[in-house]
Amino acid sequence: MNTQRSDTTVAAAPAAGWAIELEKINKRFGAVHANKDIDLRVQRGTIHGIVGENGAGKSTLMSILYGFYTADSGTIRVNGQVQEIADSRHALALGIGMVHQHFMLVDNFSVLENVVLGAEDSGFLKPSLTRARKELNRLEQEYDLEVDPDAIIEDVSVGQQQRVEILKALYRGAETLILDEPTGVLTPKEADDLFRVLETLRDQGKTVILITHKLREIMAITDNVSVMRQGQMVATVKTAETSPEQLAELMVGRRVLLRVDKSAANPGKTLLEVQNLVVADDMGITRVKDVSFAIRAGEIVGIAGVSGNGQTELLESITGMRDQKSGTVVLNGKPLALEGDDGAARARKAGLAHVPEDRQRMGLVTTFAEWENAILGYHDKPAYGSGPFLDIAAAKKAAADHVKLFDVRPANINLKSSLFSGGNQQKIVLAREMEQDPDVLVIGQPTRGVDIGAIEFIHNEIIKMRDEGKAILLVSVELDEIRSLADRILVMFDGVIVGEADPATATEGELGLMMAGINKETAPRGLGIAEQGPLP
Amino acid sequence: MSARRPLPRWADIALLPAINLLMAFLVSGLVVLFVGENPLHAIQVIIYGAFGYGDGFGYTLYYATNFIFTGLAVAVAAHAGLFNIGGDGQAYVAGLGAIVVALALDQTHWLIAMPAAIIAAGAMGGFWAFVPGWLQAKRGSHVVITTIMFNFIAAALMVYMVNRVLKPATTMAPESATIAVDGRVPQLRQFLSFFGYSPVNLSIVVAIAALIGVYILIWHTKFGYAMRVLGANPTASRYAGISNSRMIMITMTISGALAGMVAINEVMGVQNRLVLDYVAGAGFVGIAVALMGRNHPIGIALAALLFGALYQGGQELQFVIPGITREMIVVIQALVILFTGAMEGLFRPSLERAFMLMGPEQKTEAIAVSTAKPES
Repeated sequence: MNTQRSDTTVAAAPAAGWAIELEKINKRFGAVHANKDIDLRVQRGTIHGIVGENGAGKSTLMSILYGFYTADSGTIRVNGQVQEIADSRHALALGIGMVHQHFMLVDNFSVLENVVLGAEDSGFLKPSLTRARKELNRLEQEYDLEVDPDAIIEDVSVGQQQRVEILKALYRGAETLILDEPTGVLTPKEADDLFRVLETLRDQGKTVILITHKLREIMAITDNVSVMRQGQMVATVKTAETSPEQLAELMVGRRVLLRVDKSAANPGKTLLEVQNLVVADDMGITRVKDVSFAIRAGEIVGIAGVSGNGQTELLESITGMRDQKSGTVVLNGKPLALEGDDGAARARKAGLAHVPEDRQRMGLVTTFAEWENAILGYHDKPAYGSGPFLDIAAAKKAAADHVKLFDVRPANINLKSSLFSGGNQQKIVLAREMEQDPDVLVIGQPTRGVDIGAIEFIHNEIIKMRDEGKAILLVSVELDEIRSLADRILVMFDGVIVGEADPATATEGELGLMMAGINKETAPRGLGIAEQGPLP
Repeated sequence: MSARRPLPRWADIALLPAINLLMAFLVSGLVVLFVGENPLHAIQVIIYGAFGYGDGFGYTLYYATNFIFTGLAVAVAAHAGLFNIGGDGQAYVAGLGAIVVALALDQTHWLIAMPAAIIAAGAMGGFWAFVPGWLQAKRGSHVVITTIMFNFIAAALMVYMVNRVLKPATTMAPESATIAVDGRVPQLRQFLSFFGYSPVNLSIVVAIAALIGVYILIWHTKFGYAMRVLGANPTASRYAGISNSRMIMITMTISGALAGMVAINEVMGVQNRLVLDYVAGAGFVGIAVALMGRNHPIGIALAALLFGALYQGGQELQFVIPGITREMIVVIQALVILFTGAMEGLFRPSLERAFMLMGPEQKTEAIAVSTAKPES
């Protein structure tokens, strides 16, 4: 396998020159060598993708470039000049701007105020704002980035907020923009818009560094792509000369199946039935509006939708974590009594297992040892101790079994759960829920923040559960995941199931429109990746 | 600027409290120096007073008994993520249960009266903590606020109960009738003359039992597991089907019952009657004890002993060195609480840095970092 390919393909100095050159960058955190002799050269006026699994060192590298960390050794050149970037203020002065994954905006300030924040000219705000308004207008026109400068941040869409972040960086004179996983929170349509903006930026001579784990985006938008694995830069190639399969192989270091291998579903009797469910969120706003559906044994039903359209509340109410306003959940022919703050216990007892959307906040107690988490939710079972006492030996035995079956690494059940990687934490939760032999498995975001290698494993386990005759409800914001796993897709928008689709025939474009609440007959077709059709 | 790593366990539970304590003594020493006395002599007096002879050691143990109960009360609640600062009030109200049962049964035998009084005191202390727990679980009123308010209510209630209900018509002082000898908790000096005239009594056995019981409860029962899940992550506990509201109410009740055991020590073991303000701030010392003891029974036992020694040694100090007044003792005790409680984390960051430099593999790395020069 030719995994040690260096950056020979883009070695010759381009006409426009290098915007960023990193040479032999090293960074260690304790025993972890996060960046090992990293070389990276980013051509001015291009979009340069950086891909790699979680923990491959992408964020560390970008943090070094943006001045959050100082490299232990190595050289950074910006526009050919050797620089020691001490902090992010210095990085900005050198024309390097960053758009973080989680926006750094003040929600109840206007767009204009957010842009100016931290870059005021003087102690008085008025002159800064007037100057900024002019500058903002110019930037918006030049880069086709329309945002109402007087809109309040919390009133505008996530896509617009991201534009504000980009404008913030441009306002501060950024020539090179680093975007960290920018599409995680966007609809396919918004992602398209973002990519158009990035293309405009490139055409105007700006340089864009795009960190992502979505190979499809890399293929769609970047000019060059660098792949990182375990702290090393394993390859830099021209995007036009590579393929998603090759990039995945470079990232993981072995061949990966991007498409899940599964046989046709063989549905049996109805196991889970949701009838006219109405659920409100913590603020009392109705988020699930009269939702009904059924799942049969041996099938996977996927719920697609942009996050925040009621999926979370739907999952939480079915699994007994959130009170429902009205409606019933019927499991195996019997209605579930889910009210009260221990509804989740009754749902589990009835045979409903739950892998929550947010494993860190919900599915695990991160300060507990691994073995303590192996019984979370099932600690009252007689198997883990008679009477009031906890049978620690039995719990540890179960944990050891889980670790073995699901190949959790490190295989140390006494290790604190927060010290496991995202993928292994997810395996801990999955093992716990799957090994209790439930009838129905409800899974939210099964592979969020999980490495490609582990994704493959998790997907196979889910298919295995299905083939054992379990009913599986899958909620994910990763459309690819739903399309490859589910046997039926329900699309949720604004608390309502707006349609059902067959994953074998529906295109991403069609699903994307449904997810945006647009009726597919009347809507205009989008541009870019939403039109690419079925998965490669 | 590298990522910080947590301290090794032994440093967290032993070294850090020791450093805090040392700092408290250093500053106290400066204060003693400032009023013109010799700090070394003062330390010597404190240590001798607390441990040097039977009477003194007995007093130390008697104070420690109270602090074990209130420290455990704080720790149990803390494991469930609740901050019970109402130990004072709970211990105070528990005295009602203790005195009523003790007076009713003081003609029988202490082996009957004491267990009954334990139940009654536990019930009263537990009730006094249950109400704030219920308010938090059902009404969302924070226990920090309600438990401290319940301290004031307890004080007012007890003044009324002692003066209007419990005070015999023949007495002028605000106190209840005296418990007959048969109903009192036996003193340790009845078995070991070593303890001289000190008030340490069989309540210390109850305290030791409580230490063991709390250890089993927290780490070896399903209830303790649920409690720790709630304390570490309330969302996860709801996910696990644990009823958070029920857990809060039960945990607060257990916590209050533990604080209530102070009444057994004070009312039945020392005063032999109910007097006003007999808790004397033990509930608040319990917070420092639990903090310093890292909410673990062994740590609490040691911390309680330390505070017991400070109380007793402090008393001794004002007798031996007249220049150090009662107020000075309070200052020293306050400094210890300040350094081991409120400013508990003061030295943590620097200690963590020191440890990163001391480990063998970290050391080479630290040297490499400080000697590396960017190539230019």
